[in-house]
Amino acid sequence: MSAKTNTLLITGGRVIDPSSGMDRDMDVLLREGRVAELAAPGVLKASARETIDAKGRIVAPGFIDLHVHLREPGQSHKETIATGTAAAAAGGFTAVCAMPNTSPVNDSVQITRWMQAPERGAVVRLFPIAAATVGSLGERLTDFAALEQAGAVAVSDDGKPILEDAIMRDALREGARLNLPVVQHAEDSHRTAGCSMNLGPTSFRLGLRGMPNAAESDIVRRDIALARETGAHIHVAHISTAEAMEAVRQAKKARIRATTEITPHHFTLIDENVGEFDTHYKMNPPLRSVADRDAMIAGIVDGTVDAIATDHAPHAFHEKQVEFERASMGIIGLETALPIAVTVLHHHFQLPLWRIVELLSSGPARVFSLQGGTLAPGALANVTIFDPKKKWTYDLSQSRSKSRNTPYDGWSFTGKVIATIVAGTVVYSD
Amino acid sequence: MKAHARSILGTDQLTVPEIESILKLARRMDPKRPPQLLRGRRVVLLFYEPSTRTRTSFEFAAKALGGTTALITAASSSIEKGESLIDTGWTVTSLGADVIVIRHPNSGAPYLLSRFVPVPIVNAGDGLHQHPSQALLDALTITHHKAGLKGLRVVIVGDVFHSRVARSNALLLSKFGAEVIFCGPPDLVPDVAATIAPGVMACHNLDAALRGADVVMSLRIQKERLSGHHISLDDYIAEFQITPHRMKLAKPDAIVMHPGPIVRGLELANEVADGPQSRVHEQVANGVKIRMAILSTVMKGAR
Repeated sequence: MSAKTNTLLITGGRVIDPSSGMDRDMDVLLREGRVAELAAPGVLKASARETIDAKGRIVAPGFIDLHVHLREPGQSHKETIATGTAAAAAGGFTAVCAMPNTSPVNDSVQITRWMQAPERGAVVRLFPIAAATVGSLGERLTDFAALEQAGAVAVSDDGKPILEDAIMRDALREGARLNLPVVQHAEDSHRTAGCSMNLGPTSFRLGLRGMPNAAESDIVRRDIALARETGAHIHVAHISTAEAMEAVRQAKKARIRATTEITPHHFTLIDENVGEFDTHYKMNPPLRSVADRDAMIAGIVDGTVDAIATDHAPHAFHEKQVEFERASMGIIGLETALPIAVTVLHHHFQLPLWRIVELLSSGPARVFSLQGGTLAPGALANVTIFDPKKKWTYDLSQSRSKSRNTPYDGWSFTGKVIATIVAGTVVYSD
Repeated sequence: MKAHARSILGTDQLTVPEIESILKLARRMDPKRPPQLLRGRRVVLLFYEPSTRTRTSFEFAAKALGGTTALITAASSSIEKGESLIDTGWTVTSLGADVIVIRHPNSGAPYLLSRFVPVPIVNAGDGLHQHPSQALLDALTITHHKAGLKGLRVVIVGDVFHSRVARSNALLLSKFGAEVIFCGPPDLVPDVAATIAPGVMACHNLDAALRGADVVMSLRIQKERLSGHHISLDDYIAEFQITPHRMKLAKPDAIVMHPGPIVRGLELANEVADGPQSRVHEQVANGVKIRMAILSTVMKGAR
């Protein structure tokens, strides 16, 4: 193939690249899977075989999701790597980090490699997060070095928090030695047994046992103290409470290596949305109070939050449409993240678009030290193009995901992904 | 599909006129000479939890109105084989059920059923959430002795946190402008309980709560539920048992109620349970009437 067949020119768009501070109208030339050149509009005319007109649109570094559940191996009735990454592409994500709570748990080099094999059919880049303890049982550490070698970008027992101080300390020590982030789903599960939503007036009204905020924030504070002691990087997954947000804010001020991510549902929805036992609003951490939701917005605005992550958690109908207390936790989220971020954070809370782009690209890239999150010449040609003004309605029947568990079916959004480009190839276009 | 299937899921979803109409219908119901409003209708009693009073009164009510009943319990059915609630609902509907009365240990189970099954659902108690037919029969009992519900001071004593009776009653009484005081130890009456409806308060001192009460409702205490908390059985009895002495704090014409089963010597002193102010037996008798009215009402909506 000639060089020209491998070129793609994106014209007339507004380039927002927080990694370099760029925010202006530029044409972007991609060549051989890399960003070749950025130039003022019109200069690069006719130099590429393929052209995308991005007038009125934002051209951003490819989005990176630090927290998804792709369910392979072992739970392919919910999702596969192929369907999950197709949904990621439709949501503008050019890379996803897959959690290890598969079946079996991804605690081995074999599974870590298996997930990355070309036969899995990933449409976007896939970075495994390996289990921190064998079987995620919280007893014995996995081989962090070997897992990192095999491609794991972080370790976590997501969904099964590491409660034992000694084990968490060991995990952080080993993480510090290898410069590998340790990701914690912060939940004191001794205090949340039998709970299916947030503790508050709604849980009382519905007769459901509620999870107190402290069950999250106490673990976050403990983990931050251990990160200070060990010099490790603790990443707080899907933060949801005002107290935990404040703990991360203070940790950052004290220059402790603590980062955090937030899901679109935790900065948008509240526990009252559970309504009359709607399991599409059942997730873990649970949707919290208005005060917590406001604290999430504050953390996004003031820079405490490093990334937006979806916690994309596909579940089949028969796992979700059951008695509320028995229903699986979580919702799918890859296709609705950008629309919610633009609608809620930009149009409602007036957050500048560059901050949203940062939270979806350069921010997450920095958290796990991933290649990407930039449009600098020479960088991988991973690009997301979105229209921040386009109004549309999410139609779940068109979803690429294998599962249908989302509260957003039929929701109207302002802001839509127009094209997703991975290594110079368009993997999704509207 | 009957598009307008009328369900009774919780007292919060009933309007004041709807409640008044059910109470009016119940007052007219004579279990000895009942109108044949359910002739040819099939009432399925889907009971995932044991029950004496509620199950029997729904069964008597349905039969008195000329309906046929089928009782399905968790232990004697395909539920035990792992059939989902939605599938069980469809099975029962396909067999010809015209209405499903459900008792379930999980809060919200009747709501799930009502979203997927095209016949009226009557909630006969779901988890810690609601027990609307109990609240309606309690309202029937109260209104027999008091001029109306508005302005009444109703004290609900005991394990409010675990009580679907407390929630359904508070939500119903609040709609009519009654004052509801939840009373019990902080573990069983958390302050958040007061947020359930306007005019509801939480109180941890029984003497203070009883002062000027028109209605005293005692709730069942399960001994095993006290064990995980900060209060011992003896302390509970000392602080929260309703005794003849304490009843003197209430209005002279106050009535005493209990949804049953009573644990004698724990929640109520015997002299109170069997005393002149007790309306416990009347509550049970009203249970049949109110359930006749409920079944008639939902079947009318389903036609």
